[in-house]
Amino acid sequence: QAAWCQLPARVLLVLTSQRGVQMYDPDGSTMVFWHALDVPEHPAAHSVFARGIAAAGGRFVCVGTSFGAVLVFDIPPKGTNVTLSEVLEQHRDPVTDIAAEQGQAPDGAGDLVTADDSGTLCLWSTGEEFTLLGKIPGSGCTCSSVTLWNGIVAAGYGNGQIRLWEAGSGRIRAQVSAHARWIYALDLAPLTGKLLSGAEDSFVHVWKLSRNPDTDDIEIQHCHAECVTDTQVCGARFCDPAGDTFAVTGYDLSEILCY
Amino acid sequence: MSGRTLPLLFLNLGGEMLYILDQRLRAQSIPGEKARKDEWTDVDRKRVMNDIITTMFNKKFMEELFKPQDLYSKKALRTVYDRLAHASIMRLNQASMDKLYDLMTMAFKYQVLLCPRPRDILLVTFNHLDAIKDFISDSPGILNQVDETFRRLIDTYNCLSDGEFQLIRQTLLIFFQDMHIRVSIFLKDKVQNSNGRFVLPISGPVPWGTEVPGLIRIFNHKGVEVKRAEFTTAGNYITPQREGSFELYGDRVLKLGTNMYSVTRPVETHMSGSSKALASQTKENIAPNPLAKEELNFLARLLGGLDIQKPAGGETGFRLNLFTTDEEEEHAAQTRPEELSYKVINIEATQEPGRRAELSRILG
Repeated sequence: QAAWCQLPARVLLVLTSQRGVQMYDPDGSTMVFWHALDVPEHPAAHSVFARGIAAAGGRFVCVGTSFGAVLVFDIPPKGTNVTLSEVLEQHRDPVTDIAAEQGQAPDGAGDLVTADDSGTLCLWSTGEEFTLLGKIPGSGCTCSSVTLWNGIVAAGYGNGQIRLWEAGSGRIRAQVSAHARWIYALDLAPLTGKLLSGAEDSFVHVWKLSRNPDTDDIEIQHCHAECVTDTQVCGARFCDPAGDTFAVTGYDLSEILCY
Repeated sequence: MSGRTLPLLFLNLGGEMLYILDQRLRAQSIPGEKARKDEWTDVDRKRVMNDIITTMFNKKFMEELFKPQDLYSKKALRTVYDRLAHASIMRLNQASMDKLYDLMTMAFKYQVLLCPRPRDILLVTFNHLDAIKDFISDSPGILNQVDETFRRLIDTYNCLSDGEFQLIRQTLLIFFQDMHIRVSIFLKDKVQNSNGRFVLPISGPVPWGTEVPGLIRIFNHKGVEVKRAEFTTAGNYITPQREGSFELYGDRVLKLGTNMYSVTRPVETHMSGSSKALASQTKENIAPNPLAKEELNFLARLLGGLDIQKPAGGETGFRLNLFTTDEEEEHAAQTRPEELSYKVINIEATQEPGRRAELSRILG
C-alpha cells in the first residue's frame, strides 16, 4: 500500500509491504525511516504484512499489521528521528484500514478509527498515549476500508455493504446495499462530505454524507454511479478536497482513470 | 501474500489440464479394434488419465504441497506441469505443451476473477476435484488418494476467514497479472474480449451473503429505522437461490471450475496481437530466480519418489497434438512470440552429483 501522510510540519510518503513499513520524503528521493516486521524463519501459515496507513493527531503515523497490532510512529517536524511510540493491541485479526478524523469530531468521539478482517472497528483518541474509546464488534464480514468525518465512521465491507456508525456511541446510523462485490476502496472529501466507493463489481459510487448538528440526524444519499466496464476496481480516490474529481485504478489496468 | 495459495493453484491448474487432455484424447481416439499401433484408443486415454492423476495426487507430493510456502515462479510451475503431462505414455511437443499451459492458466485466471466471494475459490477447486473423481471412478485406489486430498482441503481451508481467502485470491491474481492470451472458446462464448480481457458481467445472482444493491436504510440515535431510500444503477442483479456445498459430496451450485470443453468444441489460442501487454512478463523471465535451486530440489524429490511408466519398446511414446494438424503445431512453434516463451528449466543442467545420479536413475 502507499499513502500520503499529511502532518502540519511535513508530508511523508508511507509504504507498507510484507517486510514492513517505509517512509519517504514527498519527492521520493530519501528514505526517512524503515521499520521491519518480525518475519518468522519459515513461512508460517499466517501471512505477515503491514496494512492500513493514516496520519493522526498532528504528529503520528499509524500503521496496521497482520498480527492485529497497530504501530504508532512519532514523527519529528524534520529529520529522520522517527520513533515507535506505541503499539496498540486491540484487534485480534489482521488490520485492514485506518482512518483519522477529517472534519470536526464532536465531543466524546475519537479522532482515529482502525478496522480489521473480522469487521471489528476500534475508536481511539490520539495523543502521547492513545486511548481506546470504543469497539464496534464485527459480524463476520471483513471491513475492507474505513473513513472518519465529523464523528461519522463510514465503513466498506467485503459483502458490498457500506455502514455508517456514530463514532461517539458506536451505534449504527445507516446501512447501504452499495455494491454487488467486495468493496476495495473508500475515500472522503472533507470539504463537502462526499464519499467515494469502489468495488470488484466494476462500479464506483459517489455518495453524500451529512450530519445535522442540532437534530443529530446522519444521512447518506446516492449521487452518482459509474461503471468501469470489465474492470475490478482496486483503488478510488478524490483528487481534490471538495470531491469534484476522482481517480480510479483496477486489476490488470495499467492506466489511471480520472473522472 | 498468502502462504496457503500453492495447493489451490496446483490443483485447479491440474484440473484444467485434465479437462483439456481428456477432450483432445477423445477427439483423436479411434475405436480399439480399428486403431493402428500409433493411434489413440479409449484404453490408452483412460490409462493416460489414470497415470497423470495418480502422479498428481501422490501422497508425499501432497504433503509437500500443503506446507505453507510462497508460490513458485511461473517458470518453475510450468516445469512441474511439463513433468506431470509426461507422467504416462503420452508425449507433447513444445508447441502443444505451450498451448496446453496457456489454456490452463487463462481458464483458471478467469475462474478466480469471476468468483463471487473469495471463498468460492474453494468451490471451484471442489468442482475440479469432483470431475477428477469422475475420470477415475473405476479405480478405487486412486479414488482414495483424491478423497484424502479432498479431506485435507476441507480441513485446511473451510475454517479460513473471508479476509484470508481474499488474500489468497489477491496472491493468485498477482500471479496471473498481465496475462491476456486469447482463447477461442472464451472469445466464442463472449466471456473474453478481442483485446484478451475478460468480460465482467454486471447482472446475475449476487454472491451468497451479499444483498442486491439499491437500498439505503437510515437509523436514528436509538437504533430505530426511520427512513428508506433507493438508488438505481446499470447493474441488473438478483438474489442467489442457495449456497454451494463445502462438504466432501454436494451440489457446488457454482459453475466455475466445471468442464467447459466437449469433444466437438475445439480449443485454440491466438498468439498475434497479444505481445504488447506482456512487457512485464518478459522482465520476469529474464531476471535470475534465486529460488530456482530450491524449486529444483523439490521437483527432483518429487520425481525421485515416483514410478513413471515407460512406454513398452518405443522411447518416444504416443504423441498428442493440441492442434488440429502436425503442420499447425510446427507453425505455432515457429511463430510463438519471444515474450510468450516459458523458458522451461532444463533439469539436466543441475550440477550436484547426488541429484544427477538420482535423475539419471529415473530417466535412464
